[in-house]
Amino acid sequence: MDLFEYQARDLFAKHGVPVLAGEVIDTPEAAREITERLGGKSVVKAQVKVGGRGKAGGVKLAASADEAVARATDILGMDIKGHTVHKVMIAETAPEIVEEYYVSFLLDRSNRTFLSIASVEGGMEIEEVAATRPEAVAKIAIDAIEGVDKAKAEEIVAAAKFPAEVADQVADVLVKLWEVFVKEDALLVEVNPLAKVASGAVLALDGKVSLDENAEFRHPDFAELHDRAAANPLEAAAKAKGLNYVKLDGEVGIIGNGAGLVMSTLDVVAYAGEKHGNVKPANFLDIGGGASAEVMANGLEIILGDPDVKSVFVNVFGGITACDEVANGIVQALALLASKGEEVTKPLVVRLDGNNAELGRKILSDANHPLVQRVDTMDGAADKAAELAAK
Amino acid sequence: MAIFLTKDSKVIVQGMTGATGMKHTTLMLADGTNIVGGVNPRKAGTTVTFEQGDVPVFGSVKEAMEATGADVTVIFVPEKFTKDAVVEAIEAEIPLAVVITEGVAVHDTAAFWALAQAKGNKTRIIGPNCPGLITPGQSNAGIIPGDITKPGRIGLVSKSGTLTYQMMYELRDIGFSSAVGIGGDPIIGTTHIDALAAFEADPDTDLIVMIGEIGGDAEERAAAYIEKNVTKPVVGYVAGFTAPEGKTMGHAGAIVSGSSGTAQAKKEALEAAGVKVGKTPSETARLARSILAG
Repeated sequence: MDLFEYQARDLFAKHGVPVLAGEVIDTPEAAREITERLGGKSVVKAQVKVGGRGKAGGVKLAASADEAVARATDILGMDIKGHTVHKVMIAETAPEIVEEYYVSFLLDRSNRTFLSIASVEGGMEIEEVAATRPEAVAKIAIDAIEGVDKAKAEEIVAAAKFPAEVADQVADVLVKLWEVFVKEDALLVEVNPLAKVASGAVLALDGKVSLDENAEFRHPDFAELHDRAAANPLEAAAKAKGLNYVKLDGEVGIIGNGAGLVMSTLDVVAYAGEKHGNVKPANFLDIGGGASAEVMANGLEIILGDPDVKSVFVNVFGGITACDEVANGIVQALALLASKGEEVTKPLVVRLDGNNAELGRKILSDANHPLVQRVDTMDGAADKAAELAAK
Repeated sequence: MAIFLTKDSKVIVQGMTGATGMKHTTLMLADGTNIVGGVNPRKAGTTVTFEQGDVPVFGSVKEAMEATGADVTVIFVPEKFTKDAVVEAIEAEIPLAVVITEGVAVHDTAAFWALAQAKGNKTRIIGPNCPGLITPGQSNAGIIPGDITKPGRIGLVSKSGTLTYQMMYELRDIGFSSAVGIGGDPIIGTTHIDALAAFEADPDTDLIVMIGEIGGDAEERAAAYIEKNVTKPVVGYVAGFTAPEGKTMGHAGAIVSGSSGTAQAKKEALEAAGVKVGKTPSETARLARSILAG
């Protein structure tokens, strides 16, 4: 889960990383009082989870409270690379910046540990620095058990060749930033720029944090960090029902069991779509191993509620769960939807294979639902679903 | 022979007395797995009765190993307690720990992985968020259905559980030496490379099927490994060509970040290493079939 800048700022402040004052608002008028409190000037910063907002006009200085309201009016509702601005942060104006650095901690999947990246050339995308001047970027592996203490922080500072006059401050920021990384169960904490200002102080002026949603069990506060405004309504409804759903832009609704099989189903449908007017998968939906009637009904309800969906492909491989149970689940799910007055009007193609497949297929045939078609291979069923969606 | 798990493996189950643990212990026993104990400190000294007989419950992995000579543990404990359970298994130096639990925080996995390494890798970890592994006809450690296929000469390694089942089913008439589900989390213990090395060394494996998916660079690294070290034929499949950038597709590790971790890049890397890559699971099965037919 990627956070907004203001949420990252709050977490930095909580763990003692030096940041500037700032508050987030969603109505322009609220900028006035905050700006007055900040001494009559402020920076109005669009809160979007995408880089390059400055260039897009999403960060503006305001020399007065009136101006802050005007700038907030301009920026709220603005579109930045496809992201609508729903919130702006009214921040304290930064003192004169002397130098800009970069520091981060992140998950290093390849090495199955964590990594620190640091550079004295901050302020731009670190990938850009790494590509053009790799010698300016220090990467140091972090042992997950030992973590980052003062000594490790000093090693990073030395490797990245931070100037002597800021070395202590940067090492201190690194220790605190590591605390954010571990205590908040982050996958990424990044400060860019970490700025040295005229007074000689070092401040985190902008930052990114991405949190591990699997750690939500020990962070009940994660729930409040979710971005409800930006969530697709179907994705939000699916999440509320505990379904693993991602909205895509095609026409064939997909339900399957197991993340790998569902990803594979999307691909197979896209290939089949090449022969049928280029129809594509409309979503990812993994209903998991159990596939009970209730879960199936919840899944179908979400998918049938998607106006883009023209046909539905239910692709289940019976592993531990037998196909007869899954078939009963589908039949009951259709009955359940009908009893709720949500008549199914889109064609369903069902492929059942694996444990008790014959029995499951028979249950579907016997139920003889007018909109349900059985195709017994994954490729064949994908082709049928694509064909129906193209009609 | 087989890899990592044989009929001689003595298996314990951490979390056996929970609902999921009970269900799958019953199924593993039915597949012939030699389950010698369960672990639950609150129920130590009791026994649980299954169709095949009574299984004793021990207070710790160490006690279970001392009493039974167990060399494999299958871990079903909830995600909150998974780190402690795996740490206990590593401290006891059990040779193989299979972590089935889904939803383990990545900081927890990183910590127990670092511990396993610090302890000299005496414990092989498979998972987390995996279906476990099966050596058909001999032993089953995890949740892979035991009746899909029979013993045979194909080795299978996969990030995904259901694609493991699908592939075992497509090639059920040929059969498998072992099938290993390594899991779909960002950090996992045993990798494609570890399984490839074991299958290469296994005299009972003639061909290896490797299933990958979007996210990370494990498949690219496996491709480089295959090119240098694997002489047996390898057939590959990668899921997630249509996955959008920046969205997690079910598995915590299945995410395309920027331009990295795409299915296309993985497919190209595997093909450059001489691996035949199927476009769909069924095409992948056909490729395996035609290679085995010579």
